[in-house]
Amino acid sequence: MRETDFGAFLPRLGDALLETLLMVTGAFLFAGIIGLLLGLLLYASRPGNLLENRVVFAVLNVVINVVRPVPFIIIAIAIIPFTRLLVGTSIGAGAAIVPLTLAAAVAVARIAESNLVAVDPGAVEAGFAMGAGPARVLFTIVVPEALGPLVLGFTYIVVALVDASAVAGVIGAGGLGDLAIRYGYQRFDTLVVVVIVVILIVLVQAAQLLGDRIARAVMH
Amino acid sequence: MSLRVEAGQIFGIVGYSGAGKSTLLRTVNALERPTGGRVRVGDVEISALAGRELHRARQRIGMIFQQFNLLRSRTVYKNIAYPLKLAGLGEAQILDRVEELLAFVGLSDKALSYPSQLSGGQKQRVGIARALANRPDVLISDESTSALDPQTTGEVLDLLRRANREYGTTILLVTHEMDVIREICDRVAVMQDGRVVEHGDVFDVFAHPQHPTTRRFVSSVLHHLPSDETLRRIRARHPGRLVQLDHAPDESSDPLVSRVARDHGVGLEVVYGGVGELQSRRFGSLTIEVSGAEPAVEAAIVDLVASGRAAEVTHA
Ligand SMILES: Nc1ncnc2c1ncn2[C@@H]1O[C@H](COP(=O)(O)OP(=O)(O)OP(=O)(O)O)[C@@H](O)[C@H]1O
Ligand SMILES: [Mg+2]
Repeated sequence: MRETDFGAFLPRLGDALLETLLMVTGAFLFAGIIGLLLGLLLYASRPGNLLENRVVFAVLNVVINVVRPVPFIIIAIAIIPFTRLLVGTSIGAGAAIVPLTLAAAVAVARIAESNLVAVDPGAVEAGFAMGAGPARVLFTIVVPEALGPLVLGFTYIVVALVDASAVAGVIGAGGLGDLAIRYGYQRFDTLVVVVIVVILIVLVQAAQLLGDRIARAVMH
Repeated sequence: MSLRVEAGQIFGIVGYSGAGKSTLLRTVNALERPTGGRVRVGDVEISALAGRELHRARQRIGMIFQQFNLLRSRTVYKNIAYPLKLAGLGEAQILDRVEELLAFVGLSDKALSYPSQLSGGQKQRVGIARALANRPDVLISDESTSALDPQTTGEVLDLLRRANREYGTTILLVTHEMDVIREICDRVAVMQDGRVVEHGDVFDVFAHPQHPTTRRFVSSVLHHLPSDETLRRIRARHPGRLVQLDHAPDESSDPLVSRVARDHGVGLEVVYGGVGELQSRRFGSLTIEVSGAEPAVEAAIVDLVASGRAAEVTHA
């Protein structure tokens, strides 16, 4: 154990917090949009559903099932060339958004799909009976009816991203996880580790509280 | 099968589970496509439409469901507004029309409630308001009262009858409850194994059911005909010959029975039966035991049968 040098640590803590927030919000935005679109496509193309398409459904299914089980750290390393191509570097919080987005998007796709599938088929049928077309039914009935669970699913993703961003830190993304390991763990400074873990817990709690609130507001 | 529903009628389709009632009903708005044949609504051949034309045609056909199928994420107001928006109405027009519909179904105070805050009967009234929103020519109903208690069923049926009378909406409804048919239908079709086995005026079908399935349905609500089981018990207590006599529709008491008893010197005892009202006509039948000396009994039965309203009970 050694004395923590707060004068040097606190500014780094502030930077690391910003890096984590950047990774999480950036990846959440991109993964949210991409994953939701994939989930909608999965739902709509599912055999028997409103835009049934066996080929689309099968291809998406396979792609998602291939990406999903791969540990995040391996994804992050494996797509380094792609990340470089996209953002010019593979180092830093900005670059980490790429693998985080990929990993989160497939998770969002599955979460969205399962929440959409759970929508009462009767509501969908009522939409068609009233003369709505498939796209209209999808966006004005299926999505709104699934909104509450979707919000909860997205909240889960935010929490998972906080976790994954710490892992990304290990391969040069910066952020709170990186700081905890380099400044705390490797220097045997328990206090630093504890402070950072507490901050992570507060972040996760805040995200969960917000998600619960929004979900409650949209569910009736 | 060929089935014709006249404009302005309330037409009922009844049958046991799996008979194909829903399937038939859903061909009317092309939620289900027939493998062969055509379905026409007014002068539109709905079974041949697709895309926008089909969507437009469906706006002219209201549908209500057993499980109501309201949108839980929307208020009552927005549920009823949904088909109006589909039809392209402006907000001001939608407001007027929704208020009118809410008043019609008696839910003006529930505009801002969500479906989860309503009772089953109220939900179905919202369903009816939604189905009537675009003033459809036809309303189709799949077991719309089957999830409701008898009191609420009555209220919903009243509402359907009012829609039929006040707006002239043709109603095609599917049910497995013969009571619903008796309450509001003008005509009825009985289905079994994907076919219509019998159809006609509700009064005629109830008075003279031809098909065994129809007979079972009729006796499920009109308890004037003894079941085979009951008949066996009656026979055990009444050894004489039995005659079934339809009640004369327009007479309050039946002069035929007393005349035959007098003319032939036989005893006539009512052992089963009932008389009620159907489509505001008197309706029912009596099972009568004829007792006395054999030649007189025979003559009395011949006389009764000759009236055209009676038949000897030979089974069970
Ligand atoms: N005319 C038909 N041709 C082919 N299949 C039919 C026909 N009618 C019904 N079926 C099939 O029979 C099954 C039961 O039909 P349906 O759901 O319409 O019955 P139902 O009378 O509505 O029963 P329930 O009272 O349980 O709702 C369905 O799988 C349907 O595809
Ligand atoms: Mg059915």
